[in-house]
Amino acid sequence: MPARKSASSSSSDLLLHMKNIHIKGKSDEKWIDIINGVDLELNRGEVLGLIGESGAGKSTLGLAAMGFCRDGCKITDGSIHFDGMDMMSLSKDELRQLRGHRISYVAQSAAASFNPAHKLIDQFCEAPMIHNVMSRSQATEYAIDLYHRINLPDPDQFGFRYPHEVSGGQLQRAMTAMALSCRPDLIIFDEPTTALDVTTQIEVLAAIKDIVKEFNTAAIYISHDLAVVAQMADRIKVLLKGDEVEQAATDVMLKSPSEDYTKSLWAVREYNRKEQKKPAKTEMPIISIKNVTAGYASKLDVLKDVSFDIYKKRTVAVVGESGSGKSTTARVVTGLLQPRMGSVSFEGETLPAGYQSRSRDQLRRIQMIYQMADTALNPKLRIRDLIARPANMYLGLNGKALEERVRNLLHMIEMEPDQFIDRLPSELSGGQKQRIGIARAIAAEPSIIICDEVTSALDQLVAEGILKLLDRLQSELDLSYMFITHDLATVRAIADEVVVMKDGIVVEQGIKSKMFTPPHHPYTELLLGSVPEMDPKWLDRLLDERGKDNLGDAAIAKMRNQGLT
Amino acid sequence: MIYLQTLLGVLVFIGVGLSAGWVFREMLVFITSRNTGKFLRTAPLTACFGMLVIAIYIICAVFAPFIAPYGEADILSGGFEPWSSTYILGTDNLGRDVFTRLIYGARNTVGIAFLITALAFLFGTILGIFAALKGGIIDQAMSRLIDVLMAIPSLIFSLLMLTIFGTSVLSLVIIIATIDSTRVFRIARAVSLSIVQLDYVEAAKLRGESTSYLILREILPNAMAPLAAEFGLRFCFVFLMISALSFLGLGLQPPTADWGSMVRDNADLISFGDITPLIPAGAIALLTIAVNFVVDWLLHRASGLKD
Amino acid sequence: MPNIISMIIKRLGLGVLTLLLLSLLIFLSVEALPGDLAETILGQQATPETVAAIRKDLGLDQPPITRYLNWLGGVLQGDFGNSLALKKPISSLIAPRIQNTLFLTLYTAAIAVPLSIILGLAVSLFRNSYFDRITNTTALAAISMPEFFVGYIMIYFFALSGYFPSMANINANTPLLDKLYLCFLPALTLTLVVTAHMMRMTRAAIINVLALPYIEMARLKGAKPSRIIVRHALPNAIAPIVNVVALNLAYLITGVVIVEIVFVFPGLGQLMVDGVKFRDVPVVQATALIFASAYVGLNLLADIISTISNPRLMRQR
Repeated sequence: MPARKSASSSSSDLLLHMKNIHIKGKSDEKWIDIINGVDLELNRGEVLGLIGESGAGKSTLGLAAMGFCRDGCKITDGSIHFDGMDMMSLSKDELRQLRGHRISYVAQSAAASFNPAHKLIDQFCEAPMIHNVMSRSQATEYAIDLYHRINLPDPDQFGFRYPHEVSGGQLQRAMTAMALSCRPDLIIFDEPTTALDVTTQIEVLAAIKDIVKEFNTAAIYISHDLAVVAQMADRIKVLLKGDEVEQAATDVMLKSPSEDYTKSLWAVREYNRKEQKKPAKTEMPIISIKNVTAGYASKLDVLKDVSFDIYKKRTVAVVGESGSGKSTTARVVTGLLQPRMGSVSFEGETLPAGYQSRSRDQLRRIQMIYQMADTALNPKLRIRDLIARPANMYLGLNGKALEERVRNLLHMIEMEPDQFIDRLPSELSGGQKQRIGIARAIAAEPSIIICDEVTSALDQLVAEGILKLLDRLQSELDLSYMFITHDLATVRAIADEVVVMKDGIVVEQGIKSKMFTPPHHPYTELLLGSVPEMDPKWLDRLLDERGKDNLGDAAIAKMRNQGLT
Repeated sequence: MIYLQTLLGVLVFIGVGLSAGWVFREMLVFITSRNTGKFLRTAPLTACFGMLVIAIYIICAVFAPFIAPYGEADILSGGFEPWSSTYILGTDNLGRDVFTRLIYGARNTVGIAFLITALAFLFGTILGIFAALKGGIIDQAMSRLIDVLMAIPSLIFSLLMLTIFGTSVLSLVIIIATIDSTRVFRIARAVSLSIVQLDYVEAAKLRGESTSYLILREILPNAMAPLAAEFGLRFCFVFLMISALSFLGLGLQPPTADWGSMVRDNADLISFGDITPLIPAGAIALLTIAVNFVVDWLLHRASGLKD
Repeated sequence: MPNIISMIIKRLGLGVLTLLLLSLLIFLSVEALPGDLAETILGQQATPETVAAIRKDLGLDQPPITRYLNWLGGVLQGDFGNSLALKKPISSLIAPRIQNTLFLTLYTAAIAVPLSIILGLAVSLFRNSYFDRITNTTALAAISMPEFFVGYIMIYFFALSGYFPSMANINANTPLLDKLYLCFLPALTLTLVVTAHMMRMTRAAIINVLALPYIEMARLKGAKPSRIIVRHALPNAIAPIVNVVALNLAYLITGVVIVEIVFVFPGLGQLMVDGVKFRDVPVVQATALIFASAYVGLNLLADIISTISNPRLMRQR
């Protein structure tokens, strides 16, 4: 935990004071409220976590702390005082002198925030040179020093590369270093690890925490992930749709939050499915994937000798990080990708490799729900038509019977038919669209549904609703699920069996309870260990246990050298 | 002095045009449904002006026989009569009334341009969506073929073809429609490619939907916005090309009234300070400007740019 | 670096292939004539003897492939055959005209390219200001106007008052200053249309770059707008801008034809149009090939330059 100043701040300790901030944004010729009267106080050396779901206004508020508004936004009311200065009254030049110098920003996507035309070290030295804080050689030395400190590979040469020559996690750390180049008083971290894999995230979190502590920098850490913020912040503030919901010290917030909304934020982690009966030894699996090797180009195999089974009424969670091959496995099962070797069988019968060669009934029995509800539904079709089509095509329903069935399905997904049946997808929220996707899948009366990261793009509360719905439907309709995800909390909540994949191979598989207790395959252990928990001391403990050099990508590289992955 | 007068004239024209456009839009909003009205309100004044002009041209084209004072090819007097009350814009080199031919020109030039664009669009879109859907070798082969065809500038290619096939209306239509369908193919394919990779198309494929269903119900409806804008742009292009060819004497042949050839027929008048040949040229320019303004507005809406 | 070189060579190869295919297309399209070329040329004067004579003259009795190869061989050596209408070697007709057309094109480009880049830069910096909106609308109007309209307007306003000539009659011996004076109006006409196109596309390219996240990052580091434009935006905008310029120069080729007619300019375009009028097939084939080659060449140049200036590709180790 960074050194904490007392909560009652003396004025010399108060670094940032934002009062009654109102920000409006322009959308389609109209001005809408983004932030409605939020206060924010930050002392020197203090880390404030800013939590909220998407659309809460966290990024906008964070940028406002720099006196900056994106195009189409403006601060309509309130005051911002930084180190005693009234930012609203400063000239453009004066504001520019503050930015990058005394207040810096770390963006969500490092890959997009670095100029591809310049070397990393040049971009690091830019800020100190613009603000006349250091000479170029001093800045270069400082950069290399920081790169050492945050454990980047080959730190002496690292800065002399171009952004596209370096991996995402390394870039994110480089961006953090760049934010420090002028030794600022305040850094704003805008969801810096959201786009990263869980194992890569660890290294970045460790680096940020280390740096912030060392230089006693104040920070605003923005995220939607409460567990992550719990590791980094002294105090946490919760935002909902532009309003402040609650603010408290971290441990208070975790143990006894006062507002219901805050309590709901870690709902998914609490949800737990009843463990199902194990399948009988003689039972035929619904789907059996046997030694599948597949790839897109002729040389590169994305999947290598993958085998696992899915039984009736059971949920198999396929876990892995990006590039592990989970989605590719789904494509092989549905027949979109034909495997080079191996086969997929349904209820004992080998399925034709390509979907074009499968019978309509075979296509019907395997259905899929997609991650992004926006692109999963045809925006020009009404809900009625979206759901009716499979029922019409597969089950031959027409006219009144079809209409009945559609209404029935809408009931099953807990959406009021009269209200929704004639709507267009654009009129629905993310969670509602995902439910329609579910309805479309069950309209075909399938035996197994492949859920491809169906909750990854949703907010916690909504995601929990979807998971509960899927669970209920499973028992009512005797469904099996192949649940693809990268989020271990979800796996813990809904899986009966777990298949862990890395780089196209099945690293480990088994019943959930066995998977979550040691001993594990080292990769599984790394994966399980990299998921942030709701304990502020979790990151420190992990660092102590594994050591600085044995986290994230560095650890994976070690495993590769030992021939384990 | 001329410059000042012209400048003043242009400014007045702009002022009148924009206000007339605004009035036109208000009329349209009044008579159409609520949703269309809301949509129309987003149009900037330039687009309103454009819509008004297009409407006027369409009326001229459709009702030409009722509006024009004389017949299209009637030779009425000696050549190059000055502007008068009998001949509003004077007569051309053969003694035909310029105003009449101007009105009929709307029917001929605009009509043919529209027909060609529609044909080009029909072929280009179907082929483009098909190529995007099938992918693989079929797509590659079609794209390479189209690339080669597009490697010649269109004017040059049409000149070449016209030399060979002669300058009848039929050959004109087929040649320009073929050339333009290559451009339409390219954009239809590009738009379809971005749609084909979306999940709902994949879901439809997995249902076992037929190719025609995929084209007509999944892809086409979602491609309409950019395609509609492209239709406008293509129309402008075809329209300008026909006018250029006619101006060169290679497009629509006499006695058909056509704006491009009218410019050529009366070109000599310019050296006498008579602006008559500028009128049909101006008519061409005005319609193209109008369509471009409307297309610009539609493109702005479709991309939702906050630029 | 070898990556880049192999890419360029591949592109060049493709360009050459395209040109070959085009020459084939241009040559063989004549085969598609409904009826015989000789008969078509002679028209009503076709008698069996005259047809046979012309066929022998044009070598039409040989199979198409042989004729094509002969023609191609000739072309590569600068011999385009003879004009049917004028009965002279085409190369003698082309040589002076190519120089003239080239002069006009370069004259236009010299004015249009810097003008449109500067204007494009200016309007994208002052996005959505009145300056931007008016320029944009004017440009949109300008690209809608046919070249002959603009040309005659130029003549009406500038030639009639005697400031500039309405006919640009130049030859190889005209001194440079006179050339510049005589060709001013046609060059101006071309400039207006091409600049409008280029300016709009430059603006779009720059706005695209300015919307990128690393530009925002530079602002948040406290960089001045001038520094952002020069150090961050420009290196990444060069490729799209060069692309725009090359594409528009290619478009210029077709505009030249019309302008040459309006101003009675002795260039390649006028030669082609005359050839089309008299159905002088060899002339049309020759000029079409030249224009097409220039077009393909410029597109190829655009492709290569934008590949080279792509920072991601250049810096691949």
